[in-house]
Amino acid sequence: MKFYFLLYFFGLGFFGYFMKPQKSKAESIKKGAEIYNDLCYRCHGLDGVGQDEMIPPLKSSDYLLNNIQLSIAGLKYGLKGEIIVNGKKYNSYMAYQGLEDDEIADVMNYILNQWGNSSKNFITTEEVNKVGKSIFEK
Amino acid sequence: MRKNILSIIMLLVFIQLSCAQENLPKIGIPKVIDYSYEIVVDGIDVPWGMAFINKNELLVTEQSGTLFYVKNGRKKEVSGLPPVYFRGQGGLLDVALHPNFSNNKIIYLTLATNTEGDKKGGNTSLYCGTLNGTDLSDVKLLYKATPNTKKGQHFGSRIIFDKEGHIYFSIGDRGNREVNPQDISRDGGKIYRLKLDGSIPKDNPLVEKSDYWLSDTPLKTAIYSYGHRNPQGMTIHPETGDIWEHEHGPRGGDEINIIKKGANYGWPEITYGINYSGTIITEKTSDPNMLQPFYYWVPSIAPSGMAFSTSNIYNGWKGNLFIGSLKFQYLERLIIENKKVIKREKVLDNIGRVRDVKEGPDGYLYLGIEGKGIVKIIPNK
Repeated sequence: MKFYFLLYFFGLGFFGYFMKPQKSKAESIKKGAEIYNDLCYRCHGLDGVGQDEMIPPLKSSDYLLNNIQLSIAGLKYGLKGEIIVNGKKYNSYMAYQGLEDDEIADVMNYILNQWGNSSKNFITTEEVNKVGKSIFEK
Repeated sequence: MRKNILSIIMLLVFIQLSCAQENLPKIGIPKVIDYSYEIVVDGIDVPWGMAFINKNELLVTEQSGTLFYVKNGRKKEVSGLPPVYFRGQGGLLDVALHPNFSNNKIIYLTLATNTEGDKKGGNTSLYCGTLNGTDLSDVKLLYKATPNTKKGQHFGSRIIFDKEGHIYFSIGDRGNREVNPQDISRDGGKIYRLKLDGSIPKDNPLVEKSDYWLSDTPLKTAIYSYGHRNPQGMTIHPETGDIWEHEHGPRGGDEINIIKKGANYGWPEITYGINYSGTIITEKTSDPNMLQPFYYWVPSIAPSGMAFSTSNIYNGWKGNLFIGSLKFQYLERLIIENKKVIKREKVLDNIGRVRDVKEGPDGYLYLGIEGKGIVKIIPNK
């Protein structure tokens, strides 16, 4: 009997160790909001609409919603050169902010699901991890 | 009915008054553009600060943590830098040469670091080191602001010198405005003054006060002035020798200040700006114990870098003040007469986010532009 008890708890321990509790989507979005409101809002705005001709919107942005990998790369390495967002050209430099991969995942989950944006994708740290600089050359 | 109309008009007037009004003079576009620019150093993403050794050689910081030595446009990485904490607005910030650099090869750097504190995060620090070619040695930490924080905001910082053997540098409020800028026993939201070896001058404004200061938290005697938000521009006026500074306000309320010893510049007790969300920070724009800005911007331009033009190279620019705008991506020319800004003009509209502005030893104006590199303004012949 005692043996089974031990086995049960060891089993739980193993299970817990290998199945690292992945952050839930809601948790990730909440964390992402904190980072957004620290580092991103000054240019992209609290309402995600950007700024005049200079800073593209994130709200209803076709660039963001259709190019998730590229957007991750932008956060990871900075974004240079012309991009087209909702038919308008933008050419401001977006600096790399020094975020860690899990923080980039959180910010992505936030901006993909804020201001009426919604995305079925749940961005994980592993996914951010895999995005390399080479994606810009495609 | 008439009463109703009257109250609606009153309401409209009130709304009009309570909204932040654009501060004059309005920015204009020059009638004649008799200058252009060329990129003299390329391939630097965020050229945060620069320092000229002579007209062919300069040092440029890249915010993410690289110091470049540049000779005739060709850049080489300098080795031996202290570890840089890069997050948000932090990273490798300003660089400046010791006033006697030609003999002692000493340079100064401001950067965000993670030293002194086991917690994650960082804060602004001042280092010096000896530059031999492209190698930095004898690296010494002269000042480190505490505490470390993961907040990505308001590190400052610029470095300048006076003629009496002092170094000045700025640190922003580190995103903690309720606590830091008005507390002279804490770092952040301050301009600091040290001797060139990093020691604290005996005549610093808080030194005497600290002798009979009874609180457990000692005064930060390196402080020269306080009540600042995020100063990213400082220069010495070429004629008066005064310290001119500018700082980012919140939404509206970027300021130019002339820095006086021991003075309180008011943030966040007084400001011409409001929160980014549109809510009010304070109704107060002045206080008898706090200094007023020399000029303030509404709307904000997000100023960075600052230099007076002292040469005769450009038509009519001598004595004018030049400040970079990160937000609107131009260089702003301010014409000052009788201690007032009488005219503002856009120079190189849409050039990109202007990070730093310097007058080179050759009298030309040089700009650090994000995503571009170092740009030189050239008058048309």
